[in-house]
Amino acid sequence: MTLIRVDCTGETCPVPLVETRKALMKAKENDIVEVVGTHPASKKEIPMAVEALGLELLEIQEKDGVWKIRIQR
Amino acid sequence: MSDKTTIIVHSGDMDKIYSALIIANGALAMGMEASLFFTFWGLLRLKKGGLEKGPLSRKNMLGFGKFVMEEKMKKVGVVSLEKLLQDCKELGGKILACDMTMEIMGIKKEDMREDLISEYCAVGTYINEARESSITLFI
Repeated sequence: MTLIRVDCTGETCPVPLVETRKALMKAKENDIVEVVGTHPASKKEIPMAVEALGLELLEIQEKDGVWKIRIQR
Repeated sequence: MSDKTTIIVHSGDMDKIYSALIIANGALAMGMEASLFFTFWGLLRLKKGGLEKGPLSRKNMLGFGKFVMEEKMKKVGVVSLEKLLQDCKELGGKILACDMTMEIMGIKKEDMREDLISEYCAVGTYINEARESSITLFI
């Protein structure tokens, strides 16, 4: 199991969604992808993509406008 | 109905190319397939050096409006059309080029961004892609 970190701080639509998908494509089964970002809509939409892809959302956190989403591959 | 998005990119306007590519990349990121069929003015954006050449669809003002828009987009952190296209390819998006437009406008394959284009084709290919798509758009 590897932790793959994706930093999308300061990025806007559609980059956080696209970079999350790229990381999930590269990840192997059981790897965890952790995405950090500031784009508000992506915090809602990355979980939608995770559901559409049939993957498991482990955690969503937000502090001072910076969110962190962890996804199980 | 399969989980696929098919977009006809008819306009070569900069803002509309952005719309098409952002939608395609969003679809790909959310687990759909995506095909972009570039035709007429849209096809010109796939010429070598042509990607960023489109005017704004409104308020272009001989390029001044486009300049202002580009500055605003930079401030917000909007990525380039080149990055959007590279991402589209990396996520498995198909870039289709209309061969009739190429004939009409006298464009040869060597004038085109062949690194991006998946296939040169005509309406039949578009219909085959669109008939199995749950989202189809004409931009």
